[in-house]
Amino acid sequence: MKILQFFRKRASANAARERLQVLLAHERASISGVDIVSVLREEILTVIGKHVQIDGRRVNIRMDRGMRVSTLGVDIEIPFDPGMRAA
Amino acid sequence: MGKVIVVTSGKGGVGKTTSTAAIGAALAQAGQRVVIMDFDVGLRNLDLVMGAERRVVYDLINVIEGEAPLAQALIRDKQLENLFLLPASQTRDKDKLTPEGVEKVISALKKVFDWVICDSPAGIERGAILAMRNADAAIIVTNPEVSSVRDSDRIIGLLDTKTVKAEQGERLEKHLLINRYDAARAADGDMLNVDDVVDILSIPLLGIIPESVNILRASNIGSPVTLCESESGIARAFFDSARRLVGETVPIIVPEEKRGFFGKFFGRKAA
Ligand SMILES: Nc1ncnc2c1ncn2[C@@H]1O[C@H](COP(=O)(O)OP(=O)(O)OP(=O)(O)O)[C@@H](O)[C@H]1O
Ligand SMILES: [Mg+2]
Repeated sequence: MKILQFFRKRASANAARERLQVLLAHERASISGVDIVSVLREEILTVIGKHVQIDGRRVNIRMDRGMRVSTLGVDIEIPFDPGMRAA
Repeated sequence: MGKVIVVTSGKGGVGKTTSTAAIGAALAQAGQRVVIMDFDVGLRNLDLVMGAERRVVYDLINVIEGEAPLAQALIRDKQLENLFLLPASQTRDKDKLTPEGVEKVISALKKVFDWVICDSPAGIERGAILAMRNADAAIIVTNPEVSSVRDSDRIIGLLDTKTVKAEQGERLEKHLLINRYDAARAADGDMLNVDDVVDILSIPLLGIIPESVNILRASNIGSPVTLCESESGIARAFFDSARRLVGETVPIIVPEEKRGFFGKFFGRKAA
């Protein structure tokens, strides 16, 4: 019991340390102007916005900043109107 | 020429004012001429912590606006004749605190005092930037807790860009002061330990200040803990920090969980 408790508890300070390391690595980079994940997100939305009207409620963006790899997920519902004809 | 120190943190309530008072008094107790300056316009507290609240007549903005000579705005400590306080304004418009005005006051103070210690307001806005602007060195007060560490990291970035020193391409000396350290909780793994915080922020450690009940007593009576409880563990930690600040080598002892006999017996922490 005591040992189990020890491991459970150890986890909280360790979790704090690891979360801070990842977060600060990204924040330090973004303050000098290059949070690449955010830049990509902005540009991708701009490009898509040029071709279709993006409805803010139909956009789902997920970012996960990791120590070595980050992921960016962009899900956009693109409305299709069959009544509209090509010019 | 005196040295200008900013005591800063980003996050509020981590112990900047408490540390300014304690370290300022410790330096004065060692015979240095010290002035502590409150930059927290509208939320001044250093006067209370120093027990000088009833003697405030003029403040920093009065001096900047030319409404009072600097010498008249300085309040001498009740006990230490070489310790002075320059209060912040409680009622005036923050915009009256200008970079030019602050610079003028600080350069006048530097000629007379060995140490000019600036107690920064929380945040990363104008007030905090003004407090750090003229500093030669910074004390970054951090609690061993995620949001405080993150904000300290942010402040370190600002110290490297927004100060006169940084603009002139010089390095600003930075010192980490870990406050409210609870050895028992760090030993249990519930609190970031000293190595974790030093590793993450990677600036030299000035001291480790324990969580302590003496602080409440000190603020109740309005006297820095290094003066009114000078024998306490927390006062010793501040004295050591002050000695490191003047360049002495004082070994850093990480407080360990102390369990006295009765503490052990009843499974409680000893004070
Ligand atoms: N080592 C300590 N042990 C116990 N209490 C502490 C300690 N350090 C600070 N405190 C308490 O924490 C509170 C905030 O401290 P203080 O006013 O010094 O912080 P601050 O950083 O100046 O806050 P602000 O950002 O509002 O200016 C006070 O009530 C103070 O007594
Ligand atoms: Mg304060």
